[in-house]
Amino acid sequence: MTRPTTRTRQNENLQTVLGLQSQRGPVALLLKAVLYTAITVVFAGPLLALLVGAFSRLPNPTTFSIWPDGFTLDNFDVAGRRGVYGYLLNSFIVVGCGLLLQMVVSVFASYALARKRFRGAALVMLVVLASMMLPDEVMAIPLSVVLSDLPGLHINLINTYAGLILPLGAWGFSIIVMTQFMREVPLSLEEAARIDGAGELRIFWSVILPACRPALGVIGVFGFTMIWDQYLLPLIVAREPSHFTLPIALWTLRADDQVGIGVLLAAALLALLPSVIAFLLFQRQFTRGLSVEAIGR
Amino acid sequence: MTNLTGRRPVPPASPHGAHARGRPPEPRRGVPTRAGGYDRLDRPRRRVPRSRFRRRALIPWLFLAPALLLFVYFKLLPLLQAIKMSFYDVRPYKGDLYVGLANYLAVTTEPLFTKAIWQTVILAIGTTGGSILLGFLLAILVEGQARHLWLIRTAAFLPVVTTMAVVAEVWRIMYYPDRSGLLNTLLGWIGLGPEPFLVSEHQALASVMLVGIWRGAPYDMMIFLAGLASVDRNLYEAAAVDGATRWHRFRHVTLPALRPVITILCLLAALRGLRSFTEVFLLTNGAPNGSSEVIMTLIYKLGSEQGQLGVAAAGSMVLFLAIATVTLTVNAWRRRVATR
Repeated sequence: MTRPTTRTRQNENLQTVLGLQSQRGPVALLLKAVLYTAITVVFAGPLLALLVGAFSRLPNPTTFSIWPDGFTLDNFDVAGRRGVYGYLLNSFIVVGCGLLLQMVVSVFASYALARKRFRGAALVMLVVLASMMLPDEVMAIPLSVVLSDLPGLHINLINTYAGLILPLGAWGFSIIVMTQFMREVPLSLEEAARIDGAGELRIFWSVILPACRPALGVIGVFGFTMIWDQYLLPLIVAREPSHFTLPIALWTLRADDQVGIGVLLAAALLALLPSVIAFLLFQRQFTRGLSVEAIGR
Repeated sequence: MTNLTGRRPVPPASPHGAHARGRPPEPRRGVPTRAGGYDRLDRPRRRVPRSRFRRRALIPWLFLAPALLLFVYFKLLPLLQAIKMSFYDVRPYKGDLYVGLANYLAVTTEPLFTKAIWQTVILAIGTTGGSILLGFLLAILVEGQARHLWLIRTAAFLPVVTTMAVVAEVWRIMYYPDRSGLLNTLLGWIGLGPEPFLVSEHQALASVMLVGIWRGAPYDMMIFLAGLASVDRNLYEAAAVDGATRWHRFRHVTLPALRPVITILCLLAALRGLRSFTEVFLLTNGAPNGSSEVIMTLIYKLGSEQGQLGVAAAGSMVLFLAIATVTLTVNAWRRRVATR
């Protein structure tokens, strides 16, 4: 490596607010190392402790530490006996069906909102935007009343998978992101397809959707973490353990006669992994979604 | 042929598709061929026969139908249900009793509720301020292109994608109010503690707040980083040429450029704080002695456990109105700043 000249040094210095990158003295290096270690330990440390704890025999049944204490899979055995894999399966069913429903519903709606001009479009858009102001949590209790006796249909969705899944379909964020993106697809693509005689569904499926792949990634990974993080909805819908998702089942596992909090740590690790893996795999889409959420609103 | 609605069967993908279906495209009065061009944008409306026009007008609604159905059932109807219930004493099997504004009066005057409202506001302000300050600090510390910085950013971001239920359980263990607890062990190393944390009336709310900050700060950090990346580097250069110190550059170039980001983060964090439920529910559930009760946990207790649906609905409405007011005010303010 060549030594940086003063010129490039100055430029690097101008790239960031603090210009930390261009500080190369031994003291600065040490300081940076300490700082970065501290940040990593504070934010990732507790999760690392969870990972370690899930695989160790804990000497003290109430606390956990970062130092491993003998590798064991007992915690997962006990967790299995307490039904954790059933809860995990429920979580996967809900997130799989919920995400599919949410994405299908959103892309269909966005196609109409972005590519069609029709009377009422502005009103629909307003309703979608307004719904984003109404957090799921806030209307959870009224939602539970509606779910227990769907108006006009008189179906009780409490303690059903449908009750856990269907409300996830109405998510304004996905519709907004998709609509914004679909508006950018050039009209000429659509017209070319029409000249070839493509019908509406065909244009939607093989012209517009493929052009929106990046946005699909964003709403997919965002929807996944959002559904995985759901707590209050499954809490009010699943009254029986048979329909518990893993996050709401966690508190029932707070202690065990044999392994103490080991069972909780094992279950918590299983509840943590899917969304973390989704984030690590699709980090780019996730970051883009974040900036849309914060700045595109 | 009845397939004039634009919902025609899929044609063979040959360049002669239109011909193959026996309808050769004819140029109309020198206008470029628009054989399939039933495009809303360039087709004169009077040419469209009425029935076909109606069916074409139906297409967007067909695409919207699933979303509208779900929004009506799971967003609109719960809202209407909440409005209705908030004026009634809801008594299952005995018929509801109209009570006027009594539920709202209870929500705004009963000490149980007013205490929860204040604590919610404190929690929201605390987590907002804390997470934005810490997030900003993190952002300027880990800003840059280097690979190790990317790793640190990723590690720091993990709390945001971790399910809140897991976050709460992990912190509940770390807050264990005994010398053997993780945080108390750390405090012990510097000669402090042991602190009771969640089991103390004076520390419970602050402990919950710390968890909110811990999970909110990396989120804010990512947004700040996006904001910092969009700051014009030429301005930095110009400032350097003008002989500005690092502090001046920060104060007069970076901060003004970040103002919109800070506003939106305040809004998002405040909303996050106002509706916080999971962490409080799992960490303390309002205990000890209601000292960490927030509106959402109270609503849940009243509505789901004690069957006081009317009061719970009134509480939901008050919280909804608060959230809507905050959102609309901040947005109006942002628009005014943007146009100034």
